[in-house]
Amino acid sequence: MQRKEHLSFLTYLLLTAALIATVCLCVCLGSVNIPLAEIGRIIRNVLSRTPQESGVGASIILSVRLPRVLCVALTGASLSVAGAAMQGLLRNPLADGSTLGVSTGASLGAVISIAFGITFPFLPFAGTMVMAILFAFLSLLFILGLTYKLDSSLSTNTIILNGVIFAMFISSIMNIIITFAADRVQHITFWTMGSLQGSDYLDAAVLAVALAAGSLILISNARELNAFAVGEENASHIGVNVKRVKLTVLITVSVLIGVCVSIGGTIGFVGLVTPHMVRMVAGPNHKRLLPLSLFAGAIFLMLADLVARILLNPRELPIGVVTSIVGAIVFVVIFYRSRKRR
Amino acid sequence: MLEVNNLRVQYDDFIAVDSVSFSVEEGQWLMLVGPNGAGKSTVLNAVAQTAPYTGEILFDGKNLKTMRPDQRATQIGVLSQNHFVEYSFTVEEIVRLGRYSHTRGFFSEKGTDNEEAIEQALEKTGMTEQRNQSVLTLSGGELQRTFLAQVLAQNPKILLLDEPTNHLDLIYQKQTFSLIREWLHVPGRAVVSVVHDLSLAKLYGTHAILLDHGKAVSSGILSEILTPENLNEVYKMDVGAWMKTLLSTWD
Repeated sequence: MQRKEHLSFLTYLLLTAALIATVCLCVCLGSVNIPLAEIGRIIRNVLSRTPQESGVGASIILSVRLPRVLCVALTGASLSVAGAAMQGLLRNPLADGSTLGVSTGASLGAVISIAFGITFPFLPFAGTMVMAILFAFLSLLFILGLTYKLDSSLSTNTIILNGVIFAMFISSIMNIIITFAADRVQHITFWTMGSLQGSDYLDAAVLAVALAAGSLILISNARELNAFAVGEENASHIGVNVKRVKLTVLITVSVLIGVCVSIGGTIGFVGLVTPHMVRMVAGPNHKRLLPLSLFAGAIFLMLADLVARILLNPRELPIGVVTSIVGAIVFVVIFYRSRKRR
Repeated sequence: MLEVNNLRVQYDDFIAVDSVSFSVEEGQWLMLVGPNGAGKSTVLNAVAQTAPYTGEILFDGKNLKTMRPDQRATQIGVLSQNHFVEYSFTVEEIVRLGRYSHTRGFFSEKGTDNEEAIEQALEKTGMTEQRNQSVLTLSGGELQRTFLAQVLAQNPKILLLDEPTNHLDLIYQKQTFSLIREWLHVPGRAVVSVVHDLSLAKLYGTHAILLDHGKAVSSGILSEILTPENLNEVYKMDVGAWMKTLLSTWD
């Protein structure tokens, strides 16, 4: 099959259309279904600065659903592109924030900052986020460092095993802290299963900035990630500055995961499922894989969030329950396939 | 072209290579020869900058350690012995990566030089027809030819080969070595390779270094180095007699 290096303009157009369609779907459906026509009217009113007509529709849409759906989309895109980059860098199709324990590490950072009231003098509003990013990065360094020591070939299995053990250990510590600071820290389910309930436009803005910067950096390293996905040694042979690229990608991924975790908790497997699906359709070339993963991740997580909201209406499932069910199955499929090949 | 001075590679307490010095000039094919564990591959990895070393490795007088990786890759190319590919890249995508050091930036890859180098590399290695095939579906020989095409597209001045045909059929062995000899005919090029098979070394090499326990026992023009006396001492057996025994099975 002949594949183009880059995605065509038409593909981008179609993806954008699919993205907008999903946003509309997710804004319409919920505990109260609001017809698309009314949403159109509400948006027109906003754009023309006309006061909204009375009724619950406008306030549900504008102050609850829309910010939430935007946050979900941005989180999905961020986690997905971060997962795709990690899978390329480590040549490991099972690598993801959740399977490597990076998200759990980030959660611990956030929980510590909330429980002990840690803020940064120059960034008082972003203490939790900075701690989450820092802990995500430290977790990555720790897991990769340990894996290098145990098995210098960085084999898929060793790295995942380390990640799982690390995640268990870290979540125990997190549980202890949450038990002692139950009055300040959100419930443990938030940190282990994630939720974007109640997120606002400020959260969406922060996510958007992180995603824009992060995906730009990752996409500009697409060729280098291709080289890493073939093999780190080969990357070095063809002239890739392996140390610099590795550090750049790991920091970028940590920022993306840290920001997502501090806003929505740990939403597992998003970074595993979507890049895998994209790779099956469009191949492993990161010039296509990364941008496609952005769109696919956003759409996938919005749909997962929709299922979480309406499946047991009026009760709501944590979003991570939905992604983990899908993710665990995909994990087994990938694992089975890569085993069978050897 | 290449000058190696006092090379030493140490992993924890184990000294893999110690005080090895040699130089490679244009048109030479240097064979690194010696028994298992002699440090042949380690020398190659040090030159490729993938093994930590002390000492000096100079290319045209410039220290390789301080050279930018992409600059280094325009001078030195490597073909390894094994490739474990995880993702279904196409043959062409793998070969295209060979042009990495010749292209900067995300969109600037479409230069005619690049396309031409890729076409030629595919053609020379006989992989043109399989260019859009996933590398996961290739045989071992085809996979090795894909990576040979990659390093040809990279167009280095010195080619480092680590047992490039170790696990390949004889036909691939012959094709690969002939292709590399043809590549070497262009002025300004040299080859350094690790080869286990002494007959192959004698057939294609111009110069040789005999290594044993991480040290260079002797180095120079191949015919003067791979002598029965030298080989017998390093391999601790009558190498010539064994080779003749092997060949006599064909009479």
